[in-house]
Amino acid sequence: METLLLSRRGLLVSFALGATFGRRGAAQTARSLDASEVDSFLAIGGDGAVTIYTSKVDVGTGISTAICQMAAEELGIPMARFTVIQGDTALTPDHGGTGGSSGVPRGGVHIRQAAATARVALLGLAAERLNLPAAELSIVDGEVRPGGITVASLIGGKRLALRIDPKAPLKKPAEYTVVGKPFLRPDVPAKCTGRQIYIQDFAVPGMLHGRVVRPPGMRAKLLSVDESSIRGIPDVQVVRIESFLGVVAKDEWAAIRAARELKAHWSDWRELPGSEGLDRFVREGEIGRDETIVNRGDSSSGMAAAAKRLSATYYWPFQSHASLGPSCAVADVRGEGTTTVWTSSQGPHSLRTFLGKMFGIPAEKMRVIFIQGAGSYGRNGNDDAAADALLLSRAVKRPVRVQWMREDEHGWDPKGPAQLLEVKAGLDTEGRIAAWETEMWIPGGPPGPPALVGPEAAGIPQGRGQSAGQMTLNADPPYRTEHVRVAAHTLKDTPLRLSNLRAPGKIGNVFAVESFTDELAAAAGMDALEFRLRGLSDPRALAVLQKATEMIGWQKRPSPNRESAETGVSSGRGVAYVHYKQAENHVAIAMEVTVERAGGKIVVRRVTCAHDGGLVVNPDGLRNQVEGNIMQTLSRTLHEEVKFDRSHVTSVDWTGYPILTFSEAPAVEVALIDRPELPPLGGGEAASAPVAAALGNAVFDATGVRLRRVPFAVERVRAEV
Amino acid sequence: MPQYKFRVNGREVSVDSWDAEQPLLYVLRNGLGLHGAKFGCGLGQCGACSVLLDGKVTRACMTPVQQVAGRAITTIEGLGTPDPVVAAFIHEQAAQCGYCTSGVILAAKALLSETPHPAIEQVKQSLAGNLCRCGTHTRILNAVMRAAKA
Repeated sequence: METLLLSRRGLLVSFALGATFGRRGAAQTARSLDASEVDSFLAIGGDGAVTIYTSKVDVGTGISTAICQMAAEELGIPMARFTVIQGDTALTPDHGGTGGSSGVPRGGVHIRQAAATARVALLGLAAERLNLPAAELSIVDGEVRPGGITVASLIGGKRLALRIDPKAPLKKPAEYTVVGKPFLRPDVPAKCTGRQIYIQDFAVPGMLHGRVVRPPGMRAKLLSVDESSIRGIPDVQVVRIESFLGVVAKDEWAAIRAARELKAHWSDWRELPGSEGLDRFVREGEIGRDETIVNRGDSSSGMAAAAKRLSATYYWPFQSHASLGPSCAVADVRGEGTTTVWTSSQGPHSLRTFLGKMFGIPAEKMRVIFIQGAGSYGRNGNDDAAADALLLSRAVKRPVRVQWMREDEHGWDPKGPAQLLEVKAGLDTEGRIAAWETEMWIPGGPPGPPALVGPEAAGIPQGRGQSAGQMTLNADPPYRTEHVRVAAHTLKDTPLRLSNLRAPGKIGNVFAVESFTDELAAAAGMDALEFRLRGLSDPRALAVLQKATEMIGWQKRPSPNRESAETGVSSGRGVAYVHYKQAENHVAIAMEVTVERAGGKIVVRRVTCAHDGGLVVNPDGLRNQVEGNIMQTLSRTLHEEVKFDRSHVTSVDWTGYPILTFSEAPAVEVALIDRPELPPLGGGEAASAPVAAALGNAVFDATGVRLRRVPFAVERVRAEV
Repeated sequence: MPQYKFRVNGREVSVDSWDAEQPLLYVLRNGLGLHGAKFGCGLGQCGACSVLLDGKVTRACMTPVQQVAGRAITTIEGLGTPDPVVAAFIHEQAAQCGYCTSGVILAAKALLSETPHPAIEQVKQSLAGNLCRCGTHTRILNAVMRAAKA
């Protein structure tokens, strides 16, 4: 029954996701970790099974499947024989952490090249044995043809001992049998039956449960602790390291209750600016770094010469990764000279470097092992939880598991920063964009490794880095404009710690640029789609815009929608486009909304998306990512804003920080435009970039009101409409 | 230590708990090794810890162990193989990180047992208490509708 259903949809049964969990097994001999060696990335066993080793971790995005497909295609070995080992510093080479939508375009492409190098070598070995020219041989189904020698008999269990050859020829897209097919993700059945082992489920023998007690003021000092306050809770140990306060217990519920009930006295700390009026704080804060991001033509004289000039200010708030499962880690200091940390960090190798520096542990004495957790969408609290677990494990000399509570995750994960953008443009007499200026302000801080919460409280020296990723891209219009200037002001400081949150900066920037483009179209009295198409010439840009709008049934007319204006419920449609990072994916998103004018409620009815990310490796996996980008960004646009007072984050649960619910979920249709002749791009970020603007544009079309501030919360919409 | 007897996935179990108020979630996960129900918020807001208690969707993070004595609990691990809802979720590849999945499947089971052929709006409303952060909503709704048609 199941097989029948699956084959009807054309999905193909996949490979295995391996997990070593760091237990010593037979297969774990010393491996090459040199990222220029083929053997570091793939091993062919005596039974013909292939193991892929990668630092690119699959946090539920399906990249393991895509990477396997790329390797299986080049090797000519069936997918079912593959296993992937990911993010284990003792076993996997470091070819970068996971982020920036780089899993397939960098990780996968790298492994594809290793596999292509291996194929050339295997065919060379077979040619010698068969006394035939290698050019006449190929590998199909794990066998060299003609000749029928299995790959296992050529190399099984042995090393290839080859450097990755950047010139090893790749298979031609026309010959693909694995790439481009919708292979099933092997983790999905386990996740649907409760069998998947998440970091939150992972345990080692003798492990204790830890929780950390956080102060009411984010940088408050611990003055005193009254351990008698938890006398009634069995077998709890209190750990105090300067202002780091934690509890460990054999029983998890005992640790939770102890952390909740332990009476501690903290210093008064109220140095946050508060989230109310934060846009002014961001606009007026002390600037640490000024950059000119784009400077083409002469924007000030272009602006002066324009027939019509417009300006507007857009604001994107601080947002949380808001992982559904709070961050979790297990640390064990008991190993023979080795410290082991199990984590779902997206960067196990960089985490090892941070922790090693902080705790004075040399890299060879620490092993960090990835186990999938709840979706993280960037660097959430996972690295912090790992440091908490390590602090506690060192204190009690036992393995300790720390899972953050809900208020820890919402309150203490490093955040995606607020963004303030002032945009100006001039139109010529024909309504074309003649000049454009964007000026942006973003919270910031010094470069370098980030500070983790636990070590900070424990007084351990560490970096003070505040990096949120590439925040300044896509702040210029993708449309033909002679004079463009984009300037970025990064502040010296930030009220809350920063980290990368899905598509860093690009969502807010495209929100400003593509909303303002709509303002310009309206000022020119033009249809929003027509206005965009007129400014583009790249056929890939035109194709996605045409496809997404065709799918939504776009009717050409200027906005706002006059027919809709006088009734109680207004309806409208909007569109937005991005050329991601001005170098990667082309994505267009169109949307239909209704707005209840009296209540201010926005209902997203339908979303259509056309996505061109070059070569499509796994269409079903990519579609899943694109859909996820759209839904999550709708959530961020409609609902999400981190709130804080003078001492701490106050939006610490799902009531204070609401996200999109099933009852609000629109119908989503995605068209993938496959470009087999081009390199594959990532699927994890690009489609999120145009979502907020498409929604704002649809609301404007429905109501004539321009929303320039996220979230589009009901009260705000009601006030504006 | 006080003992509590109840049924889990058709099996009679007896567990010790030093605290009668200990939420069922920790008893299932740590005492009985059933990891399908997840800790999400401890506040009954997200649905990641959902189980069926006498057939009704219940938040295990908010249910004291003493309240389940003598009652019957179904966790994701206790569904049949193959279960039609699980099969529909796999068919639709209706998961990304999957942390919400077991709770969502149990909420869908409870809905379909009372309303075997719901309209899409009913499905949306009945899953409104389950949060999905990855944005897999469309696939999940398609999976529940598929299971309802099967």
